[in-house]
Amino acid sequence: MKYKLNKSVLIICFALLVIGQGCATTHDHLLGSEEQLKLRSMQTRAFDTTDREKTLRTVIATMQDLGFIIDKADALLGTVSATKLDGYNLRLTVSVRPRGDSQLLVRANAQYNIKAVVAPKPYQDFFNALSKAMFLTANNVD
Amino acid sequence: MNKPKLISIQYFPIILLSVLVGCAGIPSEALKWTSETLKDRQLQTRKFQTNDEEKMLVACAGLLQDLGFSIDESETKLGAMLGTKDRSAVNAGQIAGAVILGILTGAVIPVDKHQKMRASVVTRVTDDGFIIVRVTFQRVVWNTQGQVSKREALTDPKHYQEFFNKLSKAIFLEAHEI
Repeated sequence: MKYKLNKSVLIICFALLVIGQGCATTHDHLLGSEEQLKLRSMQTRAFDTTDREKTLRTVIATMQDLGFIIDKADALLGTVSATKLDGYNLRLTVSVRPRGDSQLLVRANAQYNIKAVVAPKPYQDFFNALSKAMFLTANNVD
Repeated sequence: MNKPKLISIQYFPIILLSVLVGCAGIPSEALKWTSETLKDRQLQTRKFQTNDEEKMLVACAGLLQDLGFSIDESETKLGAMLGTKDRSAVNAGQIAGAVILGILTGAVIPVDKHQKMRASVVTRVTDDGFIIVRVTFQRVVWNTQGQVSKREALTDPKHYQEFFNKLSKAIFLEAHEI
């Protein structure tokens, strides 16, 4: 009996530990953890163009192709936010800003339901679609 | 003396559930082109023989208003606007089903109550002097318990055909499929 009780406690503790791993503090949720810095390079690509408006319009068209609705766009800030609803809620914000004299930096942030998307693959997929639409290569940046 | 099993079978659901909680992530095709991409684009897009983007945007905003949408966001410089409206989502068939199920099971079955419908219109001028208009509709539905019961894109071709018919009339131009 004693053995059984200890094992039960152990298993419940294990389960709580696994669930608890996903829990971050309010500070982490608000201001991000150190992981956020690593995210930047996977969320960013450089394109060899300086036409910001055309790039923003291509970003919008790509988002529409991927099933998003454009929630907000601002030409001055160079940002576009969009939402995809398909049984889930996927939000994507893309910003476009100049890099040097000959390039634009495009950065994408995704949120899936109530979680930030931190895996590299979805961002690769997005930039693949975007570079096809732009007829330009998406260059990795450090 | 019985040799104790490592983990009793009854604990597997707890372990499985706790592992899965950390795993639910973005679907692999969410940010990829799929076989539906081109079909959806054709459904949601029409080409108009004008290059007056401002006039087109004004007509689109007017049409959204005619359809009962409020314009929540717009950025004319990028040819984008978003309209939303809140409407009832009550469905007689669903209520009848819930009542029958409720009688059989004795449980209160939630049914759809209200919905927020969203319409996004994006315009762009092509190099050969046409305007491409793309409209997309989505909705979020809440049930009688206040929970989200549906989050979806509205893909019935009828919605899109009627929208473009109305837009053609509003600007006195024919809408061409792409």
